[in-house]
Amino acid sequence: MDIELPESIRAHLPVLVVLLPLFGGLLAMFTGLVQRGGGVIAWAWSVLITGLMLVCSAAMLQLVHASPEPLVYRLGSWPEAYGIGYSVDALNAYVILVVSIIAFLTTVYAKDSVMAEVANDRHHLFYSVWLLAIAGLIGITVTGDTFNIYVLLEISSLTVYTLVALGGDRDRRALVAALKYLILGSIGATFILLGIGYLLMLTGTLNMGDMHDQLVRMREAGTLANNRTVFVSFAFLMVGLSLKMALFPLHLWLPNAYTYAPSAVSALVAATATKVGVYMTFRFVFTIYGGVYDTSADLQLLALCACLGIVVSSVAAVRQMNVKKVLAYSSVGQIAYIVLGFSLANHTGVTASVIHIFNHAIIKGGMFMAVGAVALRTGGTKIEDFKGIGRQMPVTMAAFTVGGCGLIGVPLTSGFISKWYLVQAAMEEGYWGVAAVVLLGGVLAIVYVWRLIEIIWFGTPDDPNKRVKEAPLSMLVPMWILIGASVYFGIDATWTADSARAAASLLLNGGHG
Amino acid sequence: MESFGYFNYWLAIVIIMIGFYGVIARRNLLKQAISLGLFQTGVFLFYVTMGVYRSPDGTAGVAPIWTDAAKTGPFDNPLPHVLMLTAIVVSVSTLAVAVAIIVNIQRKYGTIEEDEILEADKRDS
Repeated sequence: MDIELPESIRAHLPVLVVLLPLFGGLLAMFTGLVQRGGGVIAWAWSVLITGLMLVCSAAMLQLVHASPEPLVYRLGSWPEAYGIGYSVDALNAYVILVVSIIAFLTTVYAKDSVMAEVANDRHHLFYSVWLLAIAGLIGITVTGDTFNIYVLLEISSLTVYTLVALGGDRDRRALVAALKYLILGSIGATFILLGIGYLLMLTGTLNMGDMHDQLVRMREAGTLANNRTVFVSFAFLMVGLSLKMALFPLHLWLPNAYTYAPSAVSALVAATATKVGVYMTFRFVFTIYGGVYDTSADLQLLALCACLGIVVSSVAAVRQMNVKKVLAYSSVGQIAYIVLGFSLANHTGVTASVIHIFNHAIIKGGMFMAVGAVALRTGGTKIEDFKGIGRQMPVTMAAFTVGGCGLIGVPLTSGFISKWYLVQAAMEEGYWGVAAVVLLGGVLAIVYVWRLIEIIWFGTPDDPNKRVKEAPLSMLVPMWILIGASVYFGIDATWTADSARAAASLLLNGGHG
Repeated sequence: MESFGYFNYWLAIVIIMIGFYGVIARRNLLKQAISLGLFQTGVFLFYVTMGVYRSPDGTAGVAPIWTDAAKTGPFDNPLPHVLMLTAIVVSVSTLAVAVAIIVNIQRKYGTIEEDEILEADKRDS
């Protein structure tokens, strides 16, 4: 699939992927001026914007794979050391594509779900905030400037808090969940800001590549050994990032936020927000500190947290009475798999992480979409609402079931590929215990997924006369594209594995964009 | 004297910690939001202090404003100061979103005390 874009656009791709949703979001607000049907116009506008963004990011990935050097875009033509430089390499081009795919499909999906779950007079505002959140997420991924990361992180976070709080139209608990998320998220972001501050103090620059070069120079001059500042900056950054990516035990904001948010928001946020957190961690750990600061002790601590996270969150998922909460706890566990992969710090481990970013995004996105479809038809996401729903919404629930298999890691689903690489990485290092935890996580996933599948297909509804319709096509198509992709990339993982390997080599060779 | 030279950094950490304690210990949502603001303010002080130049022999830096050709450094670094303008905006918006959500909580629950909200949730389910 080759995308040919005119040269004038191609030169500006890195900035276009951010500007499209940023300005698109601001303009979407004006659809509120239309008295009736403004929400639908806002939706169509968002589909258009995210679609263009998807084309741009696909073209950008091609461009990056074709050229040996990363794409660099200097905003306002300032040299990177002074201004803000966007730089795109094999890692972030891949993450941007993942975010764009999810953003486009969830936007298509959102129409009916938002219509049912968000108050009528707020639809234009919903899509406006929605596009801004996407702009923030893409911006974090594309930028090569650490302070810019902080600003865009706050743009995406503030908008996501708002989106979660919009669930308050249906369930007031969404408001409390959003506030909890806001407080913990702001603490995380402020810790990241402090970490960046210490790095700025040390290196006098904000550009990631420059920071790395300065640190290398300091190490060669011998001023980095036992340097308290570099240690403190790393500590602040890791705590902040762990909060943002919901690594156990700093995951407490996540389950309620995902559960009470509007369905479309759950699908978008679960599939992208924490992944972008993981991406930031990659950048800080490998691009900035890689090769200059001994991170092995901290990575071991992360690996321990991840192992505990896999077990504890999976056990918690088994006991939940709300299907969305089961998926939310499962997300905490899946994030832990991603963290576990790169904390092993070998090539296979980082590859496993990068692959799982994509695989988990499509699986969890698809499953949250399926749950959202049930919420639309039955009005709830409690376990009771799912009793015997398989016979009434077979297409939706088949997608849910295939997605569940992906969470477990059944062969022929993409979840299997991730786990395969992860176990391999653990064995390369000789960590048999870690491999055992990964497998135990799979077993626990069987328990919580099977519990749902049994209720869905073999349960009897509380009210046998209640008939519900199959989900509308605008929901089924994006759902099945994601779930279908998870099966496709489980059978033929060439594309994901190659992209992930390229990204892993880049990270481990101290490469920076 | 050495430790007194770090006075501003000590102060920044103290402010950050007071704010952090407030966020964790207060049960009133509005007080949590205020503490969060304090927490972020400490970081501003940290950054602003970072930009100020003082050479080992005690000469202070001057503001990098070109008013007088005879004025030649050392200059204070304006970059961290400029960054804080952005961070202040971010902090204000965070507070605004927080307060907006708290107002809605007050409307739906009739209280902004965390304990009472948890109790109300328990009654619901």
